[in-house]
Amino acid sequence: MIKTVVSVGLPVLETMHIKKNRLMPKSPDHSDKRFCVITGIHGDELEGQYICYELIRRIEENIDLLAGIVDVYPCVNPLGMESISRRVPTFDLDMNRSFPGNLEGDMSEHAAAKIVEDIAGANFCLDLHASNIFLREIPQVRLLKEHQESLMKYAMLLNTDFIWVHSSPTIQPASLYHSLNAIGVPTLAVEMGVGMRITKQFGDQMVEGIFSLMKELGIWKGEVMEPKKPIISTTKERVTLLHAEASGIFLPSVEHWEGIKKGDEVGKIVDSLTGETRQTITAPNDGMVFTLREYPVVYGGSLIARILEGEA
Amino acid sequence: MFQEVIHTVKSPYRDDMHILGYRFGRGDKAACIVGPTRGNEIQQLYICSQLIKELSRIEKTGAILNNNEILVIPTLNQFSINIEKRFWAMDKTDINRMFPGDMTGETTERIAADVFEAVKGFSYGIQFISFHTPGEFIPHVRMMETGRQSVSLANLFGLPYVLTKKAHPFDQGTLNYNWQINGTNAFSIYSPETATIDEKSARQAVSAVLRFLTRMGIIKYNCHSGYIASIVEEDALMSIRTDVSGIYRPLKHPGDEVKFGEILAEVVDPIEGEVISQIIAPSDGIIFFSHSKPLVIQNCIVYKLIRRLHE
Repeated sequence: MIKTVVSVGLPVLETMHIKKNRLMPKSPDHSDKRFCVITGIHGDELEGQYICYELIRRIEENIDLLAGIVDVYPCVNPLGMESISRRVPTFDLDMNRSFPGNLEGDMSEHAAAKIVEDIAGANFCLDLHASNIFLREIPQVRLLKEHQESLMKYAMLLNTDFIWVHSSPTIQPASLYHSLNAIGVPTLAVEMGVGMRITKQFGDQMVEGIFSLMKELGIWKGEVMEPKKPIISTTKERVTLLHAEASGIFLPSVEHWEGIKKGDEVGKIVDSLTGETRQTITAPNDGMVFTLREYPVVYGGSLIARILEGEA
Repeated sequence: MFQEVIHTVKSPYRDDMHILGYRFGRGDKAACIVGPTRGNEIQQLYICSQLIKELSRIEKTGAILNNNEILVIPTLNQFSINIEKRFWAMDKTDINRMFPGDMTGETTERIAADVFEAVKGFSYGIQFISFHTPGEFIPHVRMMETGRQSVSLANLFGLPYVLTKKAHPFDQGTLNYNWQINGTNAFSIYSPETATIDEKSARQAVSAVLRFLTRMGIIKYNCHSGYIASIVEEDALMSIRTDVSGIYRPLKHPGDEVKFGEILAEVVDPIEGEVISQIIAPSDGIIFFSHSKPLVIQNCIVYKLIRRLHE
């Protein structure tokens, strides 16, 4: 059942709508639990599109196995998505800095408030993000240390490779994650892939995890796969960030999500005018490359890779 | 005047971006003036250029008083100015959310780190900046309430208004906030325009800085005394919104005094041309901010009013 969560009139012959698909069990009951999946806060993050499609398709194929309500919000920044814009167009604001929003506020704040109002009271929410266009990420759950105790068991079910307990921008104050947890809706944020692209393999991996989570929540009665055992990084363990120290074109020498030994070459920054290598970037320690530069043009300071220290 | 390079961003194919500092006088770090961090702040760039011109003249006549040094950084972001992008051209980050910076971090964090190293330790810090929501303001001095702000010092610029605002978490990366935390008396100067040049308000901004430097005993310069400012708290401004989207026809502008019930603006149907909404003054007062784009989206703030204030 398609529902409109919020509509805002635009200046010329158009109204912006944010929609959701409500999937109901065959015999609904007022005590049914409700699970929300939301994606597209950043208009350039498309990985969630495949996940929403596949999740809805599989639930509808096996609707008898649905034991609760699933609300899917596939695109909460429609103007951004259709203009390849990360932020909310015209206001040029990051929607994930607008929550919990303001019903009396401008378009971005008003939409944020209506989304929070619509999700309020749900038993669980999952906020799906892709990375930006610059970096490729493995599927990973992000959560704050203050939610580690209450949310870690759910994060473990999501079939991701990695759980990062870390105050990243995706989950900081004014994010959807932060605002929903603050009003008592347990919420996890997931990052994966790269901006403006869909990585089907990651999407399939996440869909399996979502069914495992729904099973635990009592919303899905079907069989689910055993989720992957993720690597968990808390503030105690060290994530090494490698930044460019030269400008130029970055050529990676490693594959994403592969082990690397101290001294191994991560990649080169080259000058395509002179044919020179400006910088050779090497690993400062053994570990796994869980973030890797995707967009080749770099300045000094551009993030090249994140390495999770440990066995390569 | 001495010119120096404060930070360089090396680029694969564009010219390297040098952030330049212009030093006037010698001695104690008296005042630092910083220009645009965003690529659309052309009025702010123009004001800084006029200030450098005036300070050069003042220095040549020996009117920078003993043991005072003034630093002007006219722009932190010509990479974006030159290609008409508002935020950092590569990754769309906002340099004025990156302070105090990190020399081992991302490109804009490195810019902020080197700039902050150059600008910290001055007694007075003045930044020319625009608001995140596009529109026109009454010229004013803006300060964040960090517990270290001095409204009486802000009054010495002689601009008509001083506005104080509570610092939100997203303000903690601004230069103004970090200057104050670091012990500098920090002021942000807002001019009515941003992407276009308004000569009159640019001259007013240049005069305001020179007046302040004179009153603080840094330079010798004869100018009009300016205003005794009205002090306004941001939270006390009344927001007025539009109830529909369409073509926006403002009838009142920043600085105008309005009466309760007066028509402030109209929204016109973009196809049939009829007025579909009138924006009515909910109170007497003076308009502090106005929306300036030709289109408007419903619920958008179109005016901010200083309630019950008269000219």
